Amino acid sequence: MNASPYNFAYLDEQTKRMIRRAILKAIAIPGYQVPFASREMPMPYGWGTGGVQVTAAILGPEDVLKVIDQGADDTTNAVSIRAFFAKTANVRVTTSTAEATVIQTRHRIPEMALTSRQVLVYQVPIPEPLRFLEPRETETRTMHALAEYGLMHVKLYEDIARYGHIATSYDYPVEVAGRYVMDPSPIPKFDNPKMDNCDALQLFGAGREKRIYAIPPHTRVVSLDFDDHPFERNKFDHPCALCGASESYLDEVVTDDKGGRMFVCSDTDFCEGRRAEGHRGHLLGDEPAAREAAE
Amino acid sequence: MSAEPNITPLLVATGLSKSYGRRMACEDVSLSIREGEVLAIVGESGSGKSTLLNLLAGRLDADSGQVHYRMRDGVTRDMGTLTEAERRVLMRTDWGFVHQDAAQGLRMNVSAGGNIGERLMAIGNRHYGDIRATAAHWLTRVEINADRIDDKPTAYSGGMRQRLQIARNLVTAPRLVFMDEPTGGLDVSVQARLLDLIRGLAADLGLAVILVTHDLAVARLLSHRIMVMKGGHVIETGLTDRVLDDPQAAYTQLLVSSVLAA
Repeated sequence: MNASPYNFAYLDEQTKRMIRRAILKAIAIPGYQVPFASREMPMPYGWGTGGVQVTAAILGPEDVLKVIDQGADDTTNAVSIRAFFAKTANVRVTTSTAEATVIQTRHRIPEMALTSRQVLVYQVPIPEPLRFLEPRETETRTMHALAEYGLMHVKLYEDIARYGHIATSYDYPVEVAGRYVMDPSPIPKFDNPKMDNCDALQLFGAGREKRIYAIPPHTRVVSLDFDDHPFERNKFDHPCALCGASESYLDEVVTDDKGGRMFVCSDTDFCEGRRAEGHRGHLLGDEPAAREAAE
Repeated sequence: MSAEPNITPLLVATGLSKSYGRRMACEDVSLSIREGEVLAIVGESGSGKSTLLNLLAGRLDADSGQVHYRMRDGVTRDMGTLTEAERRVLMRTDWGFVHQDAAQGLRMNVSAGGNIGERLMAIGNRHYGDIRATAAHWLTRVEINADRIDDKPTAYSGGMRQRLQIARNLVTAPRLVFMDEPTGGLDVSVQARLLDLIRGLAADLGLAVILVTHDLAVARLLSHRIMVMKGGHVIETGLTDRVLDDPQAAYTQLLVSSVLAA
């Protein structure tokens, strides 16, 4: 292996120490947004600069890294961040959820239950759950400090008044450890229950907004709701068209211009694993190579 | 003065002063108000009446002077010693504040029901059906048709917005409501209807109201007592009818005589 021209995991050691201090504080106060001196990264804001900095700060040479983007391991964001750390930290990378020790994610939590030896790092665009209701940062900080979260329910109220049910389907606000209301990043609300009492440490990094927050392992995470309109997971009418899973989060894929579509697992590793075990969806051809079929 | 609890004042202010740089906006003002009483503060623009209202409501810090308020538990507290958390709880439960510009007092991008329900949710109500029923009840109470519950205030007329703002404030049954020119900018017939509504609600609910207005007719119609201000000082106080029918101070006489006869 060639000596890398970069410091281990790109960031210099002082920066990583600064980020680790923020992470420790975030773990000590679950759900609280800790400000940190976010650095310029060699990628645009919105591409996961916060998550990348958190990952860089916690990564060790022995770690195995997995990066997912909307559940998939093979999309641009996932591929380039994986390549970034393979190059700058020389760590082993994987697409397997079970093998990974650090998983950086954009907008999904893997279907497979995480373990205590894993850390899940979220990329967060807007860390403030109250932002769209209250534009003033001074005011939202006061509201967090005093635990004034009535406004969050106003948003859910508006949903029910307009759509007859809580229509918020991603970025669904949660209360962490009975105290702070937190934005779980734009994961589908399907994934919200996975955050509760999770074995793995969950870290959230927002690069542009310069905030880090965390859910320590085995922390109570409750999705906000009303007594008469309780929180509900999204449900799907179909099983996965490739692996037949009925308990996973599905993506809709348009297959032609005549209204044809298929529903497949958004978690590609989970879907491939199931197919390897012999599960078959109704659109999976005999040869995996010939699976465009349909119609 | 008798020791009966129900006549101890709800709010007592003593020696309130506030200056903006070298300009005194409000100097050594003292007042008290009891439950069920409507006190009007009148004066020309720049006389310090809005500053005084903001001082009383804790929206501005006074340079000197104190405000004491009898809390719901019967204990009278110095407002200056409340923690911010206590003050904010007080402001959204036991107090109301009606702004002249409804856009300041309402969330314009949230439906009427959400606007009324916000205080309920803030104090921990988590039952959608109850919140909505209460919101509908308060809409009819302020003479807005309950089928407008899902409309945003942007779709409301000026008078309706003002009534919605009042409903939003009254939903937690406050005992003291501050009003800053509640009828300002409304046309005369809408004003009359709103005044009628405020008078009825204040009487029914036994509200204490501190009302700032430059309109003597509004003060006459709503208030029991009146305070005339000029240049940050209180010129004259007394029962509304007495002050308006028989003004003692030269400035009050000028003010009363400059009202156009209807």
